[in-house]
Amino acid sequence: MIRVQHQDFDPAEEYRALRDSGSGTGAIATFTGLVRDSGDLKGVTGLFLEHYPGMTEQVVEGLVRDASDRWDVREARVIHRVGNLALGEQIVFVGVCSAHRGDAFAACEYIMDALKTSAPFWKKEITGDSEHWVEQKSADLDRTQSWK
Amino acid sequence: MTADNTITVKFFARLREELDTASLTVDAEPELTAGKLLQSLAARGGSWTQLAGAQPVMIAVNQVMTKPDKVLQPGDEVAFFPPVTGG
Repeated sequence: MIRVQHQDFDPAEEYRALRDSGSGTGAIATFTGLVRDSGDLKGVTGLFLEHYPGMTEQVVEGLVRDASDRWDVREARVIHRVGNLALGEQIVFVGVCSAHRGDAFAACEYIMDALKTSAPFWKKEITGDSEHWVEQKSADLDRTQSWK
Repeated sequence: MTADNTITVKFFARLREELDTASLTVDAEPELTAGKLLQSLAARGGSWTQLAGAQPVMIAVNQVMTKPDKVLQPGDEVAFFPPVTGG
């Protein structure tokens, strides 16, 4: 299940959906990303998030398929918000259920790492008096590369 | 000229803002590649020159990442955008 949306989400609801998703689940790993106050700029008060409708969903579906080929993934849920987000707001949720913790942790981390470097989303940081499109980080590329 | 003989070009994020263009259409010419299209847009001058500048420009054709040598077909949707920064 993949959703790109403006509105906020409730991680507890997503967790329940993962827990109810079927038999054989022994582990659920979830990740939630939040808007923080310093990125490329200091004193960030919010973000604007843009995406490429259609392509984004296809890319993320592909990442979930890759994860499912590699690890035991019973169900995965990915939610990414777009539009204007204030400091502290939730940006992204990845949840994976599996038979065992190792697969759940690995698949969740892989989907998140690969999403950052391949799904067409772009962040603009907003401070009191400026705006700045975030630059891609070599550390993020290195993390994705490390899963190869 | 019908819509079938054109290629739709989309821009996102910093490029969309700095070019002040979210999308445009160009005529589908034989042997036109994504890279040649990028060069021809850069030749418009002004802020368009950044398409051939030092900053990397990613290319998707029909919503799949591709390389500059990809030959374009009538009806294709080409997108140019900066490296992605979601999550």
